[in-house]
Parts: sequence; C-alpha cells; structure tokens
Amino acid sequence: MRILIKNGNVIDPGNIEGEMDILIEDNKITEIHPRHTASDGPAADTVIDASGKVVVPGLIDMHVHLREPGLEYKETIESGCLAAAYGGFTAICTMPNTNPINDNAQVTRYILKKAEMADTALVYPVAAISVGSQSKNLCEYAELKEAGAVALSDDGGPVTNSELLRRSLEYAGTFNLPIISHCEDIALAARGVMNEGAVATQMGLAGSPNIAESIGVMRDIAICEFTGSPLHIAHVSTSESVHVIREAKSRGVPVTAETAPHYFTLTDEAVRSYNTNAKMNPPLRSEKDRQAIIQGLSDGTIDVIATDHAPQTCIEKEMEFDMAANGIIGLETSVPLSLRLVDQGALSLSQLIEKMSINPGRIIDRMNRIQTGYDANLTILDLEKTFTVKADQFKSMSRNTPFDNWEVKGKAVLTMVNGKIVFEDL
Amino acid sequence: MQFNKKDILDMASLSVEEINLILDTADQMKEISTRPIKKVPTLRGKTVILFFYEPSTRTRTSFDIAAKRLSADTHSISASTSSIVKGETLIDTAKNLEAMRPDVIVIRHSSAGAPHLMAQLVDASIINGGDGMHAHPTQALLDMMTVREHKGRIDGLRIAIVGDIAHSRVARSNCIGFTKMGADVMVAGPPTMMPMGIETLGVSVTHDIDEAIRNADVVMMLRIQRERQESFLFPTLREYSITYGLNTKRLKNAKKEVMIMHPGPINRGVEISPEVADGPFSLILDQVTNGVAVRMALLYLVLGGARNADPD
Repeated sequence: MRILIKNGNVIDPGNIEGEMDILIEDNKITEIHPRHTASDGPAADTVIDASGKVVVPGLIDMHVHLREPGLEYKETIESGCLAAAYGGFTAICTMPNTNPINDNAQVTRYILKKAEMADTALVYPVAAISVGSQSKNLCEYAELKEAGAVALSDDGGPVTNSELLRRSLEYAGTFNLPIISHCEDIALAARGVMNEGAVATQMGLAGSPNIAESIGVMRDIAICEFTGSPLHIAHVSTSESVHVIREAKSRGVPVTAETAPHYFTLTDEAVRSYNTNAKMNPPLRSEKDRQAIIQGLSDGTIDVIATDHAPQTCIEKEMEFDMAANGIIGLETSVPLSLRLVDQGALSLSQLIEKMSINPGRIIDRMNRIQTGYDANLTILDLEKTFTVKADQFKSMSRNTPFDNWEVKGKAVLTMVNGKIVFEDL
Repeated sequence: MQFNKKDILDMASLSVEEINLILDTADQMKEISTRPIKKVPTLRGKTVILFFYEPSTRTRTSFDIAAKRLSADTHSISASTSSIVKGETLIDTAKNLEAMRPDVIVIRHSSAGAPHLMAQLVDASIINGGDGMHAHPTQALLDMMTVREHKGRIDGLRIAIVGDIAHSRVARSNCIGFTKMGADVMVAGPPTMMPMGIETLGVSVTHDIDEAIRNADVVMMLRIQRERQESFLFPTLREYSITYGLNTKRLKNAKKEVMIMHPGPINRGVEISPEVADGPFSLILDQVTNGVAVRMALLYLVLGGARNADPD
C-alpha cells in the first residue's frame, strides 16, 4: 500500500519545513520530495491532496484519562482513542488512575491489548509511581517498563511522601522513565473547589490558593535538582509555578512542564454560573495567571500542551457545584483552542507543533518525525476551517466540556497512525 | 411597580427598586402579625414547601409562620427525614417536588448555588433560605428592614460587619444589599476570616474592630463557629472574644445611637457579651420579628405578582 500526501505545507520543527510530497509505504515514511510541480510525483495507490493544509508530525497528548479498566461508562479505551484520532492525535499517554490502578504490568498489558484492538490512536500507558498511588511503596518499574509503560505518575493527587518521590526519581532514572508529577499541597488546598480569589468569594465557594500548586512545584523541583533525574510537571495553572519552573530551567534542572488549553483559554470567571463543566483540579485561575501561562508557553518555560482529558458523565457533573467531580474532556477541542495562541501571536506555528508533538514525544521517548524511515504518524491541519464545537457529536463518551457551542477556527482534517488513515475530514 | 421575579436567589440579582418594593411591602405586612387574629386569606390555596437540607430554627419557623399568616399551606422537608438519606440527588428531589405542583419552594442547602440549580429545574418560585457561604437574601432584607425602621433610611449609613466574613453568607448578602442601597459597609475581622477579594463587593476592610465600631451607625456581629478553630482561623474562643468580641467596654467608643444586630444564633460571651446582646442598643429580636414580615412580603410578591395573576 502506497499513500502519497501531495502539496502540503510540511512543518516538522527543527527537521524540515516547506511544501513537500510525502510517500508512505505500508507503515513507514519512505520518500520526501520538494513539491512536484512538473509531474504527479511517485506512483501511489492513494493520493491525498493537502494543498493549503499543514502536514505535521502526529500530535501527542501526554496527559489523558481513559476510564478503562473500571469506569467504562465514562470512557473506554476504544472511545478515547477514537476521540484522539478525531482531535488530530496519533498518540495519547493514559494516566494510571483507573480501577484497578495501573500499578502493575498486568494492567499495563491489558491497556495495550485493548488499544491494539481499538486500532486507532497509539496508546502509551503511564504507570503509577507508588502502589495504588498511595505514596507508600514503589511499583515495579523494571517490569512496567518491559510491559510498555513510558512514564510514571500518581496523577490525580500528589506524591505525599517526599522521600518516596526522591527514591522514585533516583530509581526510575535507571529505566529512563520520566516522573510526571501532580503538584499540590493537600493541606493548603484544604476544601477548595475552585480558585481562591474574588470570584470564589462572590460565589461563596471554598477556594484553593495558587500556592497550593506552586509549593508542590517547588518541592518537586528541589527533589528533581537533588537527584538529577528528569521530572515533568503536569497541568501548570499558576503564575508562581511558571516563575519557579523558569528559574529551575535557567539553573539547568532537568525539569519539563505542561499546561492544558483551558488554563490559557479560560479564567475562574467561567465558573460564575456554578458551571460544573468548568470545574477541574487544578482549578481555572485568574487572568494574571492565564497571561503568565501564555508567557510561559511563549518563552519555552512550558514545553508541552496536554489536555488532561478527564471524562465525567452527568452522574458526576449534574449536581451542586461543590459536590461535582473534577475534570473536563479535551481531546476534540485541543487543536482549535491551541491554534488561538498562533492567531494571537503568542506562539509561532512551529512552536505550537513542538509543544503538541515534538516535546511530548521527546519526554516519553516516542517521537514522531516526518523523515524517511520513521513510522508514518502524522496529522494534517486545516488552519482556516471554522466550526462550532458540538459536545453531543463528540466521539468521547462524555460531554463535560466548557467549550460546547464555541465557534472555533482550525481543525485536524486527517490523522494517520502507522500509515493507516484513522480519521479524515478533508 | 410590579414585581416580576420568579425566584429570590441572592441580593446581587435584586434591583434597588425591587428591594424598596420588598421593604415597603414588608412594612405593611408587619401589622398583620400584631392583630388578634393573625391571618389573612391572600395566599389561600397556594402551596409552600420548606426544604431544609441544613439545620435551622429561625429561618424555617419564620417562613412557616409567614406563609400561614397569608393562608398558604406549608410542608416541611428536612434532609434527615427525606430521600436524600437514600441517596436521591438534588435534581431528582427537585423534579419530584415539582411534580406535586408547589407554588414556592424555600430551600436551604450547604452547597453554594443549590437554589440556582433548582430554579433552573422547576416552575415553582425558589426562595433561597441560605446556600453554603454564598447568599442569605431574606436575612439581608430583614436586616435592611430593621435598619430602615430604626434609622429612617439606609442611604448614607455606615454599617460595620464583624466576624468570620469568609464563611458567612449573611455577610456577603448584607455587603451587597446595603452597598446597593447606598450605605457604606466596612467588614472587620482577623485576616484569617477575610475572604480574598471581598473589596470587590464595594466594601472596605479592617482588622481592627475598634476602628470598625468607632464610626458605625450599625454594628452587625457574626456568629463564630467553633469548628473553625480546627482550620486555624483563630487560636481559642477566649482570645477571639477578647480581640474581636463586642462588649460594653468596647461599645463606649461607638456612636451614641449605634444599633447592634446579629443574625443569630448568638454565642453569648464569644462574639457578643450578654450585656450587649440584651442591652438597649440591641435589635436582635426586632430582626426576628421583621423576618416574618419580610418573608410574608416575599411570598406575597412572588405569588401575587404579575406572574401568578388569577385569571378570574
């Protein structure tokens, strides 16, 4: 099977950029040529005309919660992978807080088996740092790595035992498994259900202060610096965290960081109507924080845009605000929301591709590149396509998004995984 | 002026005109409670459900009496005796109550926004009897009625609200309400009890209770909840009482005609000394009396307004 992607504007930051034709044979990229103006290019079974579109290395969302095993009514591996494909992601990292928790090789293998059956997006399991994510005992990292885990995280909550985090970083370094940290001081977060600030005060809701996150970031960076093992900081939401990470990077600490589209798109004003689809942890912050996140993305402090896709159904969301579950879904809205940063001039398109593909790929050691010999994992973007977000048409099984009915611009129009077109809307 | 609001959810959503109409109506309603036969037929045939997820003596009894004095039928539901203990959600409970065709549901709930959620689901009028730390509009209205009754106005007065502002729905509703009606509101308390951004409600902030009392026409003391000690908001009740409690000594620096208020229930000897609570400046029981009048006014206005005009 030979597929030719013609006339696309190819952007693989730091690798190639320009109008190229890409030939894919079976699952590999086999030829890349400057645009064939005179001829039709190499012979192919299928020709995809990507004129006016941008062809990029397959997008990777390194922070996704699929709910299988255990909570399949919210999201299965199959539905989550399809949502990823529709959102333009060729690969997703799945967080371990399923039921049972992915803290042993059997669960990791089960997830990979299910992903293989789904056969849409690639799934890279993130296994737990500690058994049951209880911060008491280390998981068996060697075996987890062998089974296919690409990183370790107790996401959903912080590692509460600092010594365990130290030993985890030291030990995981041996197996090239990055630690992904959910940074939060639980005592400071107290009973907060949204950002602490004027909006929470006006709404009468308990707030969680910025420092509940940034103190966690400070501690984890200190341990990272002490051990010298790589640490990746999940879902950064505050200006203080951005500041601390920026300083650490300037000292050469091996730390990377991600944020999610909602943190650079929304503020705690979105909670005003007690909208439980604007409830997540960390919470939506102030405009000052939103600006700091954008600045952090722009100057390279924040390496990655990941969605923290967290499916919840009406059973968890349609209720009193303080009782509702945390989390919003993001796989099918990430591309247009992130492209707004390019429209606003905060990021170049190349920088955006770095944050949505190259950098996450580098951190988990699963890079997609548009280069001969590489697996054919790529995404075609239409930067001009406008559409209305319709949650009820999502491939995700859940509908918990604050972006329903938003008019947005920019969309993934083709997703190719290992040479197979898993989504097409050209 | 006609009253067109379906629900009474918070002070922020009431206009100055609507507040004046409510207070004027309450002034008229007050007389009914002084009659030998304290009942008028105004709301005969109307059904009022008192739906209290949280404990309450004053507010529930006050609503119950208010509705009955207007001849409405009332039904009380509390969390412990309802299907909530069986795990029924607020939304399902609301739909089931609605199916019985009540005209008004008064709701008190520990979650901020619960009355707003309910108002979206039912045709009945929702009156917020207190939701979490968010709002307690009927308390603010009865406080305003009491102040207006004794001072003849609200506009231009200085109101001091003292205590745990952060956890108080009464404080929030009074900050918004009194400010809206032209009063100058100052909130006072230790920094641990001052919620971030409270000044966005248009009030000034002090941590010095004596400063707050010195210039105030009205001093409103808030109840201290003992369990807040566990959240490190104050070290001991003893120290709180000494530093932030209202007593006769502290009151010496106040204006001569100062009014002392408290939404109740009071902790005698903690935020307010018995001498002050029972003293000549105290309007604490007037507030309770006016609570019935304000709630009669609200039931009358949401049920008797244009929305519910009888076709006959």
